Amino acid sequence: MNQSLENTEQRSVDSQENKMNFEFNEEQQMLKESMQRWFQDNYSFEQRTVIANSDDGFSREHWETFAELGWLSIPFAEDFGGYGGNIIDTAACMEEFGKVLLLEPAFPTLILFGGLIQAGNNSAAAESIIPQIIEGKVLGALASNEVQARFDLSNIATTASEEGDEFVLNGSKSLVLGGAHADHYIVSARSSGEQTDDDGINLFLVDKDAAGLTVSPYKLMDGQQVADLQLDGVRIGADKLLNEKGNGYALLESVLQSAHVALSAEALGIMQKLNATTVEYTKTREQFGVPISSFQVLQHRMVDTFMAYEQTKSLLYGTLCELTDGTTSAEEADMTVKALRTIVAKYGKLVGDEAIQMHGGMGITDELDVGHYVKRLMMINLLFGNGDFFQKQYNQLAY
Amino acid sequence: MNNSFSAEDLEFQKEVREFFATEFTDDLRERAKLGSQVKEVATEWQRKLYEKGWIALDWPKELGGTGWTAVQKFIFENERCNAGAPDVVPFGLKMVGPVIFSFGNDEQKARFLPRILRSEDWWCQGYSEPGAGSDLAALKTKAVLEGDEYVINGAKIWTTYAQYADWIFCLVRTGNFDKRQHGISFILIDMKSEGITVNPIHTIDNRHTLNEVVFDNVRVPAENLIGVENQGWTYAKALLAHERTSIAGVADSKRWLEDIKTLAAKQTNANGPLIEDPQFQSRLSDIEIELKALEYTELRVIASMSSGQTPGPESSLLKIKGTEIQQQLQELRMETIGGYAGSLVDEDFANDLQQAGSMARRSYMYGRAATIYGGSNEVQRNVIAKAVLSL
Repeated sequence: MNQSLENTEQRSVDSQENKMNFEFNEEQQMLKESMQRWFQDNYSFEQRTVIANSDDGFSREHWETFAELGWLSIPFAEDFGGYGGNIIDTAACMEEFGKVLLLEPAFPTLILFGGLIQAGNNSAAAESIIPQIIEGKVLGALASNEVQARFDLSNIATTASEEGDEFVLNGSKSLVLGGAHADHYIVSARSSGEQTDDDGINLFLVDKDAAGLTVSPYKLMDGQQVADLQLDGVRIGADKLLNEKGNGYALLESVLQSAHVALSAEALGIMQKLNATTVEYTKTREQFGVPISSFQVLQHRMVDTFMAYEQTKSLLYGTLCELTDGTTSAEEADMTVKALRTIVAKYGKLVGDEAIQMHGGMGITDELDVGHYVKRLMMINLLFGNGDFFQKQYNQLAY
Repeated sequence: MNNSFSAEDLEFQKEVREFFATEFTDDLRERAKLGSQVKEVATEWQRKLYEKGWIALDWPKELGGTGWTAVQKFIFENERCNAGAPDVVPFGLKMVGPVIFSFGNDEQKARFLPRILRSEDWWCQGYSEPGAGSDLAALKTKAVLEGDEYVINGAKIWTTYAQYADWIFCLVRTGNFDKRQHGISFILIDMKSEGITVNPIHTIDNRHTLNEVVFDNVRVPAENLIGVENQGWTYAKALLAHERTSIAGVADSKRWLEDIKTLAAKQTNANGPLIEDPQFQSRLSDIEIELKALEYTELRVIASMSSGQTPGPESSLLKIKGTEIQQQLQELRMETIGGYAGSLVDEDFANDLQQAGSMARRSYMYGRAATIYGGSNEVQRNVIAKAVLSL
């Protein structure tokens, strides 16, 4: 474990860190480069396609390798055997995962499931499960969404009734990311209040084999294998609760904030890849006897997608600074996260649409990677909110 | 990643803020806002900056400049905009000054630079011509050497504030070569010279800012030529490097955005204040979010300059995005005000809203120029396409 990564106390002593800069530090650069090298050897688009078409839709062998390389330890505290990374380390990895369209369930297991366990107040659960995540032995998923809720985290009809030292869960969950292969689920359920109240929400750790739990897996267009869950009288011990009873909403929201940043970093990686692919293609594709890159109308459109990428990158890196500088207020940083997801939605669409259009007919073939990158970008902008949803949240905070 | 200013920079910020609070008086602010005493207000304000030693942000210290870092310049610009103070008139301090101290001889430096610093000469720029806009190298104004004088014939256009100017710096053609950029010279011309006519150009903001300057056998001493004959294009290009730090106008746009919020909080109908209208909010946040991203883009450029890198053609991105945002804000400001934004009134306003409206109209109308001047945004896109994307 942790062959290539070390927990160095000196990370913050890096002199570059004290000056204003918007670069990943040396250690994060090395991590990104080692990921790039591994992906170059093992994760070409052809190799990825084989994995995507396999039964699991991801490679368990690769997942074990990621554990050996220490990648699965990055967001977790050193107390659990983790690397002790912060949101900047997470973003550094997610950019790389975006560039290769990673199929392995890093986002659902590490960011959502692992993130909630680490941020929750159930230390027994954290101590037993996080080390297993780091070793690659446990996959997890967050079951927060319900069919009527669209993007509203607190719209929860699933109930949790207390009976002695147990809770009984009844209801159904939809679009559980990583849900097809999870060993454990974190299920949000209501112990009190109206269906859309923030109060009365709880997060329970539910084993995949729990009696009364039915898992219905299906695929998404971006290759993810997700599931809907049906909970019929699933009995859960009170020791599987991750939050103080009824106060789960704040926990959910704080982990979702990291998730928004992680998805934005993944989107940025995808945008970079799509822009580079498109620029290269227009230089080789000839029509009317010349490369189509010589047409000014296409040049200006590629400049617009370049600027879209740079603006997104600036806001992402600014967000990373605001979340870690210790001086930006929580409310202000939260606004910036909403702004970030708004701009990711807007420019993700622009970059994706333009990449397909400028590839011409090839752009709509399944054979070319472009359409696959676009589908993942589209999924990112449909998870936990779309552009309008985040912009509305931003407006409410700002005005 | 780190977006924080150093302790020294924060101390500097405090000093700058205090300076603006005491020196940029309400009287200056009011007169600057009205915009009718351009030359008087600029000269008065610039003398104050000169006395403080803060007049020439981009000049080296030994020549009377500030010698500031990119971060310090950024801080100064932000504080200036927060105080509502105007930028210095750029033609002397930001344009010809750096060309003179980089490429001029000692006599030229001694003769012109101190007067520029003290705002004693008002300069204007003679680049564009009726037949040479974005395609600047097509310029035709001719300078022919006769004895120790150049004889100049031709016309310059879009010359801002030529009506106030004591001097004009011009790109003129002194030779014809295969490469059009070769054969252009950089020359300084006294506006009082015989044979110069300034024709006003009235613009859609109902003001007189721009001019055509016609040269009819104007005789200019050869000693006014900067550097080497036929090499003027190189000097003009190098000058662009001095214009970069505030090119995006982020600080100005932030202030405008706050103004719009204040206006929108006052505009109320039966549904409540405009600022609470969801549709209005989305138009505002479309711009605000883009501006926030641009501010970080600018900081990225500044941070890379601080670590010794020269900003490349990415600064074209700052120009494109910065001017697009400015125009969106100008448009939203007019719409926030409503019909009063059509007011053609320059003094004795009926009320505050009429004054705000008339100013909004002016800045919207003249603001159309921002995506045209300094190399149109289409030309900037060509620059990025070629230099960044290698298309």
